[in-house]
Amino acid sequence: MPLPGAPTLAHYLVLGAILFAISMAGIFLNRRNVIIMLMAIELMLLAVNLNFIAFSRYLGDMAGQVFVFFILTVAAAESAIGLAILVLLFRNAGSIDVEKLGSLKG
Amino acid sequence: MSFQTFTFYAFATILVFAALRVITTRNPVHAALWLVLSFFTAAGIWLLLQAEFLAIALVLVYVGAVMVLFLFVVMMLDVNFDSMRQHFRSYLPVAAAVGILVFFEMALVILGSAVGPVAGAPAAPAGSNTQALGALLYVDYVYPFEIAAVVLLVAIVAAIALTHRKRREMKHQDASAQMRARASERVRLVSMPSEKPPV
Repeated sequence: MPLPGAPTLAHYLVLGAILFAISMAGIFLNRRNVIIMLMAIELMLLAVNLNFIAFSRYLGDMAGQVFVFFILTVAAAESAIGLAILVLLFRNAGSIDVEKLGSLKG
Repeated sequence: MSFQTFTFYAFATILVFAALRVITTRNPVHAALWLVLSFFTAAGIWLLLQAEFLAIALVLVYVGAVMVLFLFVVMMLDVNFDSMRQHFRSYLPVAAAVGILVFFEMALVILGSAVGPVAGAPAAPAGSNTQALGALLYVDYVYPFEIAAVVLLVAIVAAIALTHRKRREMKHQDASAQMRARASERVRLVSMPSEKPPV
């Protein structure tokens, strides 16, 4: 049985929703800065992972944690490639403005 | 209020504040450091949810590797960040609107019927979390695990292939050209008399 005052599933889900909304706003707010956009995407994935772990704990199913593991893997790969593209953009356009991304078209 | 709830609210407050600073701060280095703080507090919340292995993995992989990569790139690029802040205020209303909209949509779902029946957490399974996760990962999810490894390999190859460039001013050997060379291309033997004939 849970402790009487312990945080419930809804606590964690609301926290995840707040985090997701903040990072969503962050993408719109820093529309010119690719670095901050990548950071906002990382925050979004963190919010998703928080939801996964909360559901895994409160439904008693470990599969959710396995998925968090895979999301962490893919997110690491995504940020590595994203930063590589960022370096390429800076080398070619001299700035990291998202508007300049079109100049990388081959 | 139990100690768990108190810890949850403390971590949640720090997490939300750090996330807000990530998206509003002027300096990308500061943003990266705030992101480190938010990852740390998220790891604390995951510990509260008894996901010990993932909490440690989050600190090791994200704080230890991904954020260091971010800091490397931010410091390597000499970007004029002030010019990017010009449109910051004009983006603020639409960003706030989208954020609030997303939050209320999710609140509608969460506070609706979806989470009603799941009130309290079941008792944690006996044994360590790492052991349970490993048993699941290497038995039931072994093929996805292999695919994750391939994804990481592809990421390595792609990141190197994208950023690698040949330096023209550098002198280097071309091993394959050296191996292809034949003696006939390099040395020409001519037969000629060894000295002038006597006059």
